Amino acid sequence: MKKMKQTKLKGIGVSQGIAIGKAFVVKRGRISIPYYLLWNEEAREEECRRFEEAVREVENEFLKLKQSIRSDLQEYASLLDVYCMILRDHLIYDETLRLIRHKGLNVLWALNVTMEKVRKIFESVDDTCLLDRMSDVGSVVDRVMRRLSGQHQSIFSTITERAILVTHDLSPADAVQLQLEKVMAFVLDMGGRTSHTAIIASSLDIPAVVATERATKEICPGDLLIVDGTSGDVIIRPDESTIQEYVELQFSLESYLREISRQAPHLAITKDGHRIRVEANVELLEDVVLAKDNGAEGIGLYRTEFAFMNREDFPTEEELYQDYRQMAELMAPHSVTIRTLDIGAEKLSPWLPIPPETNPALGLRSVRLCLKYPEIFKMQLRAILRAGAGLKNVRLMFPLVSGIDELRVLKALVRETKEELQRKRIPFDEDMPVGIMVEVPSAVAVADLLASEVDFFSIGTNDLIQYTLAVDRHNEYVAHMFESLHPALLRMIKFTVDAAHKAGIPVSLCGEMSGEPFYVPVLLGLDVDVLSMNAQSIPRVKNLIRRSSRVECRKFVENVLLMKTASDINRALKELVACQFPEEYNFFKSGFPDPGETIYEKR
Amino acid sequence: MELGRHFVVANEKGIHARVAARITEVAQRFRSEIWLEKDGNRVNGKSVLDVLSLACPRGTDVRVVAIGPDAKDALDAIADLFRKKFGET
Repeated sequence: MKKMKQTKLKGIGVSQGIAIGKAFVVKRGRISIPYYLLWNEEAREEECRRFEEAVREVENEFLKLKQSIRSDLQEYASLLDVYCMILRDHLIYDETLRLIRHKGLNVLWALNVTMEKVRKIFESVDDTCLLDRMSDVGSVVDRVMRRLSGQHQSIFSTITERAILVTHDLSPADAVQLQLEKVMAFVLDMGGRTSHTAIIASSLDIPAVVATERATKEICPGDLLIVDGTSGDVIIRPDESTIQEYVELQFSLESYLREISRQAPHLAITKDGHRIRVEANVELLEDVVLAKDNGAEGIGLYRTEFAFMNREDFPTEEELYQDYRQMAELMAPHSVTIRTLDIGAEKLSPWLPIPPETNPALGLRSVRLCLKYPEIFKMQLRAILRAGAGLKNVRLMFPLVSGIDELRVLKALVRETKEELQRKRIPFDEDMPVGIMVEVPSAVAVADLLASEVDFFSIGTNDLIQYTLAVDRHNEYVAHMFESLHPALLRMIKFTVDAAHKAGIPVSLCGEMSGEPFYVPVLLGLDVDVLSMNAQSIPRVKNLIRRSSRVECRKFVENVLLMKTASDINRALKELVACQFPEEYNFFKSGFPDPGETIYEKR
Repeated sequence: MELGRHFVVANEKGIHARVAARITEVAQRFRSEIWLEKDGNRVNGKSVLDVLSLACPRGTDVRVVAIGPDAKDALDAIADLFRKKFGET
């Protein structure tokens, strides 16, 4: 046999890591679906019975699978229940029976028609996630069809030695039949970032590349493959030197990641001796576990909205207090920064008469809403002030502050609340630090004035970018203009940090920018004191802080502030990262944020 | 009796298959009709595919309507699911 040349496929890497091994290709033949009509009632009833029987058998298969499921995949046990429900859903079960009984269709054709109808309903909905969900329905119906046409052997159970599984698509029902310890990596034609395979693979630490489109066509059984679950590359029949290269890469990536998570609990101190505090953004009490495991040195942003959503009765002060107090106790002696209610008016509509707004992003939301309903606001303030009693590690933070007047009213309410607590002899933290989020452009412009009246700043980049650039990043037509490295934004951060430091108060940054490891040099150079982010990002961010020198980052930022466009800045940052953190860059460059660049350069 | 209440989908992944199944499962326990509404679309809360087809990512505002003798209990039970983020994060 002629030896074929090395080729490469590109997909989406959804579970990081590198695997080198032989391909185990699973191809499923299409079922041929005959079409005929049944003329007499008896034949139709018989066909209905066949269908019911097949559904029952598939149902039993799912239940059996559910009992034999591995303990680390228990989560998928419930998916099998979902499959049973889909089987019995009126859109599939009742409709198929109806088509057989009233139109006289044979069962396979009826099922095929039903499936098409469901597909149409799903396709009419504008949501890409639904496509992933549609594949669940497809795989359930597929099983019934195979059962009816006599092919129900599971091909996935035939994998006998360790190999890389290459297949068109993989449903959880298939996945639980796999001997996962034999699977070195997954390569799929289909799938997306949110597909089950992505979730299974990353929870088991198996590299996976999905959406390759052609893998099952290009890869032959037994082919040697290299799968890079970080970049999404699949190399087919690699030559000697490529194998060598990846063996080294595989080894170094594994030890790199191990080392990063081993170091996560330690402080993040730059090469030139500056400590940067790294904190976590959380929403629920449960989030604390992950935050602490990943080395969070405090809670930089505790979002408090959730307690006000999805309930009939209004939350009581006691409930809020219990939540905040527990959070403070769990994190002590580290600080917990509690942000007051930051929601739009519509979220309070179950309880309050809320007029419709034409432009909610610029409307009655956040602290503005709180000031309209001071009784609700004061209840939350009481809960926060009380949570810090004795512990002294709670900080109070107001979102969306736009100027001094507003800040003074807010602070007056805090004073009033404290006096009331004092009068009632309820313990609270009298010296609780009070800060604001800087996320409205006007707050940046008067940052020097605001800084003299608060104890800390926290820059909320998500809203600051949205309001500064006038871009809604969920609007696909303008999303590319949501540029985190826009010169306007960097100047604003710089101005805010300088104003704060001049007044002697610390600044943290708690938007999504903080959690992007590649932005570390920019944020250090801008002199931000604290970074607060999703817990998962902490180990990598801490690692890059340790590898940076603040003096050099400052020089870099000085230079960057002279640049004219986000794409120039982005390019400079990419160069710096590639040169300063070659390992980080090599392993993760496919995830480098590239805002706007391609779009503007194409024009 | 007809009752309706608004909810916000708060879990990260929105109403995916498993969440839809939980809603359906709870809805099926009651005699009342259960409907889910979003942007003028109304689907049967007792059908997992109907619920899925409504496409509700995180942040979606959903109105749940219950019509029947046990409407209040049904709404309370569904409210409990939404409040606990369907047991997810």
